[in-house]
Amino acid sequence: MTVLSGWGRYPRFPTQVVEPIDYRAARLLTPLHAGLIARGAGRAYGDAAIGEQVTLSTAQFDRIRSFDARTGLMRAEAGVVLADIIDVAMARGHFPPVVPGTQFVTVGGMIAADVHGKNHHRDGGFGDHVEEITLLLPDGSTVHCTAHQNAGLLAATIGGMGLTGTILDATFRLRPIECGWMRQMTLVAPNVGAALDMLHQHRDASYSVAWIDCLARGPALGRSLIFTAEHASRGEVQALGLDPFPARARARLSLPIDCPQMLLSRVSVALFNEVYFRVGAGKAGVPQMVPWESYFFPLDGIGMWNRIYGREGFLQYQCVVPPSAARETLSGVLDRLSRFGSASFLSVLKQLGAAHGDLSFPMDGYTLALDLPLRNGVFELLDELDKLVVAAGGRLYLAKDARQSRMTFERTYPGLEHFRALRRTIPGSERVGSRLSLRLGI
Amino acid sequence: MMKTTGTLLLIGGTSGIGRAVALHYAKAGWRVRLAARNLEEVECNANDIAVRYEAEVTTHVLDILRTDTFEAFVNRLPELPDTVMCVIGWMGSQPQAEVDLDHAGQVLRSNFEGPALLLSLFAERFAARRAGVIVGFSSVAGDRGRASNYYYGAAKAGFTAFLSGLRNRLSTTGVRVVTIKPGFVRTKMTAGMVLPACLTADPAHVARVVFAAAEDRRADVVYVPGLWRPVMFVIKCLPEMIFKRLHL
Repeated sequence: MTVLSGWGRYPRFPTQVVEPIDYRAARLLTPLHAGLIARGAGRAYGDAAIGEQVTLSTAQFDRIRSFDARTGLMRAEAGVVLADIIDVAMARGHFPPVVPGTQFVTVGGMIAADVHGKNHHRDGGFGDHVEEITLLLPDGSTVHCTAHQNAGLLAATIGGMGLTGTILDATFRLRPIECGWMRQMTLVAPNVGAALDMLHQHRDASYSVAWIDCLARGPALGRSLIFTAEHASRGEVQALGLDPFPARARARLSLPIDCPQMLLSRVSVALFNEVYFRVGAGKAGVPQMVPWESYFFPLDGIGMWNRIYGREGFLQYQCVVPPSAARETLSGVLDRLSRFGSASFLSVLKQLGAAHGDLSFPMDGYTLALDLPLRNGVFELLDELDKLVVAAGGRLYLAKDARQSRMTFERTYPGLEHFRALRRTIPGSERVGSRLSLRLGI
Repeated sequence: MMKTTGTLLLIGGTSGIGRAVALHYAKAGWRVRLAARNLEEVECNANDIAVRYEAEVTTHVLDILRTDTFEAFVNRLPELPDTVMCVIGWMGSQPQAEVDLDHAGQVLRSNFEGPALLLSLFAERFAARRAGVIVGFSSVAGDRGRASNYYYGAAKAGFTAFLSGLRNRLSTTGVRVVTIKPGFVRTKMTAGMVLPACLTADPAHVARVVFAAAEDRRADVVYVPGLWRPVMFVIKCLPEMIFKRLHL
């Protein structure tokens, strides 16, 4: 038995971990276990990748099978890490169609959570770019799923949190790029209403994201820096004398130990936020060239950053609400958060579009994501926020969730009944189960 | 003296260490030939390496127990490689080997007879060419026989002695022979085992050490992780009277 947790380090559960050396071993051992779920890099924050009984690591499935630079099609095993995909793609003038906030996730995880990036409102989630998957069913058989073959199973598996079976490999299409630089624009929004308006106004930008100061109050509630970006052209980068493909950042900072919780006081984070906001605001209105890594993955520069919240771990709260209710609901959420006074370094606001997986998180609207250290009152606070989100017709992201109630979940995922019905048609599906599916009764 | 690039023939192309070594050589610009028994698996590894580093990678079928096929295997290679490396290691099951002669024989043959005979063929050709590097993966298990794996250990001890003799013989010909003695490595072979961190290496680390030893340095015998050298020195020094009562 091993004690596993997600990236948030809360909750922790004992589980047996198995790591099949090849597909054949995975086929043989899958039917032998009940309460089994697949796990990639363990970057889901909560309990999504912890098996009810057994956790199947896809670490050994880490080979890229093929890449065709003419079509952009890549086939990769489920355990291949996004950072490796970027290295291969970038060297041939391509980039993943969708990247989440970290490059240390696996292909299997990106599909199972139907991850979104800063371009969801334009390009959809990672699942929208998947053309084929090989799925290992609970009875040990494997099936290929495409838009024409087992299409229902494909739609359920995208965003299905591993509950339809174990993804073994996938084929997906990358996009051509001319270089590894992003042309970034910074905009300053004095409050959350202005931030929503600006995101909407700049919806034609390829990428957009807002960083919110969660500790600002009153008229400055939800003040934000908005970063929009386009892939730069080779010409403009060369004109600036830059190497078209910037090297990866070398010296990585890493947190060697768990920080004591007191380090993250309201004062220290408020100070950080103030400096961050002022420095960012100073760059407003002027286009800047930034390397892909710092635009898409600022937190990856700090290894093991999840230790900053101490041994106790932390909760990540990510909700989405429809556009019509966004201003009121998000103001309510931010107001309660700022009054709670909890420290959250990076809180982000993004625009989302519709999604196609049965249990995919995104919907047309705006999503807010933030970290909360585990401390007294935090669960009660989040229960209160859930009520606002439910009333607004929104929902919570399963890949981040560690604590929402079954009732909240059932009321906010309209695709759930369809998902359950489809799962019942998979032989042995009752033997697939994570701590998340147990908690939410999926 | 640093060699720029060349051709590596890697025997054991489906092993975790083999794959890591092949990736490292490909990254350094080498042509890589992967030999293994399971063609389907080794082709997946070859494709992965080729895609990651845009390297020339080919696959070749070889069963280390079929010594009668070795001559033909060597003659069919596209060229005589600059470096030949055998990473084959098969633990088998010690308890089974104790009661099953076939199984014991397979452990001995796949860890000693096959690798030694195959490398002999390259030794002759390299000596005639007066250039080349022969790298053999032995094991710390071959430094002293222990109750828990002495068939495997005995085969590796034989392989260590073979490499030592070969190095001695070829020392004036311009052909180098390198013995690698890995301790614990996090691979398929050790998946699920609880291993002491300071005595355990990642395959990628092993690959870096091996590449440096084979291509950059004039190394003869390399322990990886390096801490195994003093550890095995102490273990080798123990009087048999004491050693025979220990459970190591």
